[in-house]
Amino acid sequence: MTDSVDNNQEPGEPKSADKSYAAGVKRWLYTTNHKDIGTLYLGFSLLMLLIGGSMAMVIRAELFQPGLQLIEPNFFNQMTTVHGLIMVFGAVMPAFVGLANWMIPLMIGAPDMALPRMNNWSFWILPFAFTMLLSSLFMPGGGPNFGWTFYAPLSTTYSNNNTALFVFSVHIMGISSIMGAINVIVTIINLRAPGMTWMKMPMFVWTWFITAFLLIAVMPVLAGTVTMVLTDKYFGTSFFNAAGGGDPVMFQHIFWFFGHPEVYIMILPAFGIISTIIPAFSRKKLFGYHSMVYATASIALLSFIVWAHHMFTTGMPLAAELFFMYSTMLISVPTGVKVFNWVATMWRGSISFEVPMLFAVAFIVLFTIGGFSGLMLAITPADFQYHDTYFVVAHFHYVLVTGALFSIMAGVYFWLPKWTGFMFDIRLAKTHFWLSLVSVNVLFFPMHFVGLAGMPRRIPDYALQFADFNAIISLGGFAFGLSQLLFVWAVIKCFKGGDTVPDKVWDGAEGLEWQVASPAPYHTFSTPPEVK
Amino acid sequence: MKTHNKLVKRLLLASVLMFAFAFALVPLYDVFCEVTGLNGKPSLQPAEVSAEVVSERLIDVSFLTHIQGEAPFTVEAEPTVITVKPGEMNHVTFTAKNVSGQNRAMQAVPSVSPGLAAQHLHKVECFCFNQQAILAGEQAELTLLFYLDNELPAEIEELTLSYAVFDISGS
Repeated sequence: MTDSVDNNQEPGEPKSADKSYAAGVKRWLYTTNHKDIGTLYLGFSLLMLLIGGSMAMVIRAELFQPGLQLIEPNFFNQMTTVHGLIMVFGAVMPAFVGLANWMIPLMIGAPDMALPRMNNWSFWILPFAFTMLLSSLFMPGGGPNFGWTFYAPLSTTYSNNNTALFVFSVHIMGISSIMGAINVIVTIINLRAPGMTWMKMPMFVWTWFITAFLLIAVMPVLAGTVTMVLTDKYFGTSFFNAAGGGDPVMFQHIFWFFGHPEVYIMILPAFGIISTIIPAFSRKKLFGYHSMVYATASIALLSFIVWAHHMFTTGMPLAAELFFMYSTMLISVPTGVKVFNWVATMWRGSISFEVPMLFAVAFIVLFTIGGFSGLMLAITPADFQYHDTYFVVAHFHYVLVTGALFSIMAGVYFWLPKWTGFMFDIRLAKTHFWLSLVSVNVLFFPMHFVGLAGMPRRIPDYALQFADFNAIISLGGFAFGLSQLLFVWAVIKCFKGGDTVPDKVWDGAEGLEWQVASPAPYHTFSTPPEVK
Repeated sequence: MKTHNKLVKRLLLASVLMFAFAFALVPLYDVFCEVTGLNGKPSLQPAEVSAEVVSERLIDVSFLTHIQGEAPFTVEAEPTVITVKPGEMNHVTFTAKNVSGQNRAMQAVPSVSPGLAAQHLHKVECFCFNQQAILAGEQAELTLLFYLDNELPAEIEELTLSYAVFDISGS
């Protein structure tokens, strides 16, 4: 089955009858096509990456030298807060949803997502959410400045009156994610091609399936949390106000009950992408497919019982500290299974280092560093030293930038030729990779050192002893930020043209998505393929 | 389409239930803290006068007060540390003063450290059970009547009872 399956002309199929779409912007506003919506999500997420990235540049510019040079501390706090919110909810999550929209129907042989109209809505409410969030930065009082974790009482008692905008924008992001997750689950359960049994599903589909359940379980809890913040701030309730019988520590419990599964929401699809790319360029089947599926499910289940490891210093009793320490450490077992499986897949493979593979290998090494620092943070007595320092910043940027973001870039480079029909500029992409790889480590690795030496996170100024490392970190930051412009260029260039690619872009790649033409036709799999 | 609808309804229901669960966590949290005594929250219900045997153990109990935000009060215990025997009734007087020019109401919120001691500290009478209205510039004597029970874990030799004092006038 190497010839392309292009069923556009299939008579009697209502799906393929409307293959023409509205012209201009209406195509994108009215579209219910999974490929269009995937493109919208990915484009939106790239825009958010650049906006959130420029905020990071502001932060690094201020921290280049000790003392206050460029911005006021209050604006600095708004930058750290909005940078976090934008990157989590605007860049990483929509990018994964975009990849899911594009690839899941192609991978399981479905004509589209199961709920195409809802799909349109779940994308088109997002720009409103982020417009609201970003516009608050320009209003009197400024944007949210209490950290992306919006701990009470910072977000209730001490926040400005624009907090309502933050709350409602998070509501909209939550609704969008929940609708996206429902769509993914229904698509995977109901629309698999005949013969595509559960244990034949590609790993990317499996990881997204599990992620979608995590989203449905915790995004409503986040919506509940921001609602409580809203009523505490504006309507006189006392969920988190001790004076009225509430408890500010309870905020942290509820928030992290959402927050910890949320970090797996941002990494499980990454695992799926890496599990797709590593076998393709090692020219071997994925090692331990079944154990990969079970490991993903175990990580998802364990993520619900570890939340208080974010709160070791809140004065929990010893029994709770120990429980959350051990349960957190337990997660490194299924995660280790995954890392070893990837390495075992490469072992004695016929490896070639195309751009997606470079990003995937970098992911394995650098994500593992982030995993190790996570294990260090899990050790309760040591965490008292690391808590709220740059060590934590280093940890979560290793798992989110060199983890989630690198996997997204690996996935984009892997599937971009299938989307556009053209090979990207390989030299440009390799330059992007190597510049990113070096600069991201100059950016984040020294943060471990300043963190261990005691530099707190979320401060606009710091003690003189941290000056040299911060200058290095900032230079790495600027270099990493600028390198991403190469990525934008490479993607735009690939849409405009290049060498045409065959249907099966990468000779070692497996899966239904390589059976459709390149570029993928507007409608695919109107007749389901047979999976053997 | 029919199979879709059924599944979508279930998933929507799950989302709504999880939204409700976030709010259910609020009472669950209190119940959990009360049952396990993990959070250092002492009971806000008056206890019966001690009927326990007075033991020979000596426990140091310190009293702290924290004025929250701009609350215009001073609240101080005298003395700030007492040595008590489990089973014995203890009487402590706090002096609260309204330092503003307006009539104010205050609410004190207690917390015990180490947290596990909270369920062994029984308050027969406490100014934290109610709001305390203090007239402008006036001073009030506030009473705390409490005892420790004999089940207090042996490793606890000292504990702290802390009050966060809030200005709740007008709310």
